[in-house]
Amino acid sequence: MYDIIIIGGGVVGALCAEALSKYDAKILLLEASYDLAAGATGANSGIVHAGFDAKTGSLKAKFNVRGAELMPALCKRLGAGYKNNGSLVIGFSGDEEQLAELYARGVENGVKELALLGKEELHKIEPNVSPDAVAALYAPTAGIVCPYSLAIAAAGVAMDNGTELEYNCRVTGIEKTEKGYKVGCENGKFFETKYIINCAGLHSDDIAALVGDTSFTVTPRRGEYILLDRTQGGTVSHTVFVCPSAMGKGILVSPTFDGNLILGPTSENVTDKEDKKTTYEGLQKVLEGARRSVPGVRAAAITSFTGLRAVGSTGDFIIRKSADNFLTFAGIESPGLSSAPALAEYAEQTLLSDGAVSKKKDCYKTERRPAKFMSELSFDEKNEYIKKDPAYGRIVCRCEEVTEGEIRDALINNPPAKTLDAVKRRVRAGMGRCQGGFCSPVVIGMIADRLGIPYERVEKCGEGSYITTGRTKGDVK
Amino acid sequence: MTKRDIVIVGAGPAGLAAVVAAYDAGATDILLIERDGKKGGILKQCIHPGFGLHRFGCELTGPEYAQRYIDEAEKRNIETLTNTFVIDITEDRVVTYQNGDGIFSVQAGAVILAMGCRERPRGALNIPGTRPSGIFSAGTAQRLINIEGYMPGKSVVILGSGDIGLIMARRLTLEGAKVHAVCEIMPYSGGLSRNIEQCLNDFGIPLLLSHTVTEIHGKERLTGVTVSKVDEHRVPIKGTEIYFDCDTLLLSVGLIPENELTEKAGVVMDRVTGGACVDAKRQTSVEGVFACGNVLHVHDLVDFVSSEAELAGRSAAEYVLSAQHCEREAIPVKAEDGIRYTVPQKVRPGDEAEIYFRFSDVSRNVTVTAYAGDTALAKKKVPRAAPGEMQKIKIKVPEGCGSVRIGMSK
Repeated sequence: MYDIIIIGGGVVGALCAEALSKYDAKILLLEASYDLAAGATGANSGIVHAGFDAKTGSLKAKFNVRGAELMPALCKRLGAGYKNNGSLVIGFSGDEEQLAELYARGVENGVKELALLGKEELHKIEPNVSPDAVAALYAPTAGIVCPYSLAIAAAGVAMDNGTELEYNCRVTGIEKTEKGYKVGCENGKFFETKYIINCAGLHSDDIAALVGDTSFTVTPRRGEYILLDRTQGGTVSHTVFVCPSAMGKGILVSPTFDGNLILGPTSENVTDKEDKKTTYEGLQKVLEGARRSVPGVRAAAITSFTGLRAVGSTGDFIIRKSADNFLTFAGIESPGLSSAPALAEYAEQTLLSDGAVSKKKDCYKTERRPAKFMSELSFDEKNEYIKKDPAYGRIVCRCEEVTEGEIRDALINNPPAKTLDAVKRRVRAGMGRCQGGFCSPVVIGMIADRLGIPYERVEKCGEGSYITTGRTKGDVK
Repeated sequence: MTKRDIVIVGAGPAGLAAVVAAYDAGATDILLIERDGKKGGILKQCIHPGFGLHRFGCELTGPEYAQRYIDEAEKRNIETLTNTFVIDITEDRVVTYQNGDGIFSVQAGAVILAMGCRERPRGALNIPGTRPSGIFSAGTAQRLINIEGYMPGKSVVILGSGDIGLIMARRLTLEGAKVHAVCEIMPYSGGLSRNIEQCLNDFGIPLLLSHTVTEIHGKERLTGVTVSKVDEHRVPIKGTEIYFDCDTLLLSVGLIPENELTEKAGVVMDRVTGGACVDAKRQTSVEGVFACGNVLHVHDLVDFVSSEAELAGRSAAEYVLSAQHCEREAIPVKAEDGIRYTVPQKVRPGDEAEIYFRFSDVSRNVTVTAYAGDTALAKKKVPRAAPGEMQKIKIKVPEGCGSVRIGMSK
């Protein structure tokens, strides 16, 4: 019997697990996929919004502003990448009124340091934006974060504190029991718990419906992105938005925490919760949109991908009790990542007031070293690590300079990586300009050794995604 | 900080040939650094024949070709560090490297860059569709089969008719996979004609020119690709889609010289080749830093990599052994219409230089001429000009000219 089951290992679920893991409670994190951060957390802009965009008084506004406040210290503590780079909403001729509205809303929402910039000031701090941009809303408190490293690090700390994690457990049934709930999964496993936190992203409506809460729905909104090589990372230093529309914040151009340049997303309401295809039209739109605000954007793509935002039917975050001892977070679309630390804080307070947790553990972990840490160290510090363990000196992924030691740790440390993509999310091996061309044959071997499975059984991203099909013919007999 | 006369980065065919040539030219204090566990570079996985025809007058496999140079290097007792990764090179030739023993810096009298190239990945093409497993760059598939001994798949479409793609079409077929087609977005192949004959035609594998992959299908593992015909601007034509049921897509869509270190050293780059701008001695814009092989420009034949690397090796030795460096002012070598690039990009009066170049397009019976001003320095007739086959022309740069031009006429 668990005290708490958290359904969904995205950034919200993982941060909830981390926040609650310091209490004396038996916690289980259930993830439908082969790894954490496999849904919207793994495919979004990675922006910590300042909080001027959401309607004043909305849950989005409240949690965004608070979440953005918590984010820097949280990321530092968890060893997840965060950089306070500031954002700009640039305006073309005719957009001035909308910028002024955004400014006023931001002030009302409690966003600090907001400023309206004229043309000259704008081009001074961000010289590569379109010469046609005449004004901008500058939000110095905005930042960029590596969303999947945040979720993985949070789940890792939670697990170090005793939280259990199950991959490949898609919840398909929830039964009310005398003491709480019985949660059944597609793979036949079931678990009993006293309390459930539903952070199932796109499927949070399906999960809530299992206990009879059909008061809302969640629909996917597709967004296509292009990620450019690190050589382009310096094209802009701020996150550059255009004026928002009903469909979202438009196509942004931003450096990522890891030094690439990200362009996107498109915005298209769809019905299929699994369709993560990219399209020719979509990618064209991304490039055109990006070039409208930053004309010098080069087509130096290293990859492109599609994310699905979980859009709630109320237009706002949906945070409610779907049943007794059943807390639902649904419709956590943008600014969901920015809000996640505050949502976890809210979950902690709610469970405290519900009596689901009370006493803290005598000792628990709150900090963690970044999974990819060697390249950040000074030569002397590196030498110390290498002296203790030569694997920290041997570089396996040459584009991102990831060492054998770091990859090995990703296979061992919480939450352990079991697939090629999971390794990539933890330590960036294969995420660079050659996209795993050189390192993947080595990393596959390391995964096979760690899991004790044959080379051909190693997967890219979960069941069915085998990489090799078996041995070659072998010697001629 | 230790000091070495010459530090060579990369022990592939370029680095190995450079090391031997530099040693034989009298610079014996050499450190050779290789990131892989063994010397030989990409040749280790090129187990097919076809290497060494120009160099040794006989057909060798990649490993055999590499071994000849490895043996030569070993005879000279060259200090070699394997499993060692160079992380920085400065403008004043401090080379910093890292391995299982730690991080070290060495002051080099001269540096020879021989890091080779990497393959262009799927992302660079922005092919729409899903992101399943089963998509490999051709070289990665080659490594999986020839080094690791595992098949990347059983039912294959190859995009790009570069040489590695062609070689892999044959290799996969020999290993029992079905190769449905090789698609090439250009109206001509980027590979050597002999590879089209021996790797595709001999095995009945169709080459679809002016075709590209326009969609990738499959959620976990690739289940198929859509291939479309493209117009003269390389834009897919609607209505020409062909669907191939396959579990594997190989990409052979270009090689990119691996110049991250070169750029750290502040070397002036050539945007067309993706490598450094060099003079006839293969010296870059940074004094004492030389480059050769695929890191300088992508070659078709390793034989030419070897000769270029020997030139760089001799030049580096000459540089460290001579007390004075008074070079004459360099003049540019300009690639004119029909010529995509030249290497070297600069020469000096008095140089006797072989200028490597590539054509921009396919054409027949052309004459290539090297001029100094209006004076023709050399002429070369080429019956079949193709971008996929590198050419060279020998010139002696006269005194008093301001530039050399390489042009093409029909």
